[in-house]
Amino acid sequence: MNMHVEVAAALPVATPVESLDVRAKRVAEQAARHADAVDREGRFPAEAVAALKAERLLGIQVPHSLGGEGATMSEIAELCAILGRACSAAAMVFAMHHIKLASLVTHGLDSAWHCTLMERIAAEQMLIASSTTEAGIGGDLRNSLCAVEAEGDAFRLTKEASVISYGAQADLILATARRHTEAATSDQVLVALLADQITLERTGVWDTLGMRGTCSDGFLLKAEGLPLAQVLQKPFAEIAAQSMLAASHLLWGSVWFGIATYAVDRARAFVQAEARKKPGQAPPGALRLAEAANELQAMKSTIVAGLARYEAAKGDPDALSAIGFSIMLNNVKTTVSVQAVDIVQRALSVVGLAGYKNGTPFSLGRQLRDVLSAPLMINNDRILSNTANLLLVQKGSGKLLSA
Amino acid sequence: MVEISDIRDVLKSLESLKGVADTLTDDDDLFEKGLDSFGSVQLMLALEERFEIEFPDSALGRRSFSTIRIIRDTVTGLCQQEAA
Repeated sequence: MNMHVEVAAALPVATPVESLDVRAKRVAEQAARHADAVDREGRFPAEAVAALKAERLLGIQVPHSLGGEGATMSEIAELCAILGRACSAAAMVFAMHHIKLASLVTHGLDSAWHCTLMERIAAEQMLIASSTTEAGIGGDLRNSLCAVEAEGDAFRLTKEASVISYGAQADLILATARRHTEAATSDQVLVALLADQITLERTGVWDTLGMRGTCSDGFLLKAEGLPLAQVLQKPFAEIAAQSMLAASHLLWGSVWFGIATYAVDRARAFVQAEARKKPGQAPPGALRLAEAANELQAMKSTIVAGLARYEAAKGDPDALSAIGFSIMLNNVKTTVSVQAVDIVQRALSVVGLAGYKNGTPFSLGRQLRDVLSAPLMINNDRILSNTANLLLVQKGSGKLLSA
Repeated sequence: MVEISDIRDVLKSLESLKGVADTLTDDDDLFEKGLDSFGSVQLMLALEERFEIEFPDSALGRRSFSTIRIIRDTVTGLCQQEAA
């Protein structure tokens, strides 16, 4: 099996000697240049994703032994923030890709098929999309209607996927499905589907207020005659609890932090310019800026603390599936998603009409529309209900410096 | 002494396992049989009420509630601690 080696040799491989941050900043420059067009046309951030591939950033989470760079969740979170400042859609595509890759890296190492897949992801810089949302189920990722229909060593799968972000552009889709046709809706597995193994019939178009470039269209997904080895046998419940929940909330939060940081930077530049024009007088927006900076710091602390808890729990299935850990992650998501919206709105009030108008150096319309998705991506009410349920049995330690 | 049948009685009261509670073996993975995170919290509450125990945070992982036998062992351990 030398296929991955040949493919790697065929691609222009930039020897990754430079730091991840430096590589991501080059991608961010590309992403920023096209961000307005991506938003206006509601198109895939193709330039940014091409740059991510050229900088070899799609495979960094894959372990060294499989040709990746073994990047940690915290390192990836930093890159999400760098990209989030430039283009929310490109940053969210990068985040969602690494959320799926986290599931493979955490749960796929004991499957030979999935190890080869990870080698290919690193070598060919394959883009991974997720298919959890389903007609009749909605956004409840822990239930599926569609099922893996096995026949001998092969299976078929038909899924009415009402949302697959960048489904049409992905090289690989990881889809949830019931384990078999008789399984309970919550007895799910995660199935790896290569783009050339499936058909996608578009059933819905992603024409939205913001995050327009994620191209989260609806599709009828069909796969037939695929090897059963592509089904990850581990219960999806464990994958969701031990890698997906953490990766989602922490990486999404980092993207939103990038958006909020950009907005505060614009507000700061605006206030500083005012201050220079009229020395000796505090500009009218200075207090609002102080409030926004205050909230940005609180937001940052929440994400950083969440990342630290995750890194400490990593590799310990009991710690990762503990109720207190789920509550902590839920709280990170609901807290920072609301803060991000509030920070961008405060920044907008500082820069005023210059921010409301498109095409000025202080425009914040795109950022505001994008960040409004944060409380809705897994609706905060759904997450709060889940937390409320978990709190019925959690006891809590009352400690400051430990869980 | 906590009996397997006591645990089964509690499981029968749960919405998510109602239909299958009678067919479960002592070692079936309850999460594979339809127990979800909401159901597992309801299960813990029912066990705490029935046996007058409190699960410490350390026992609140998925593993403590994965099979009837493991639940029986966990509950037995906690009942002994309460008694001590």
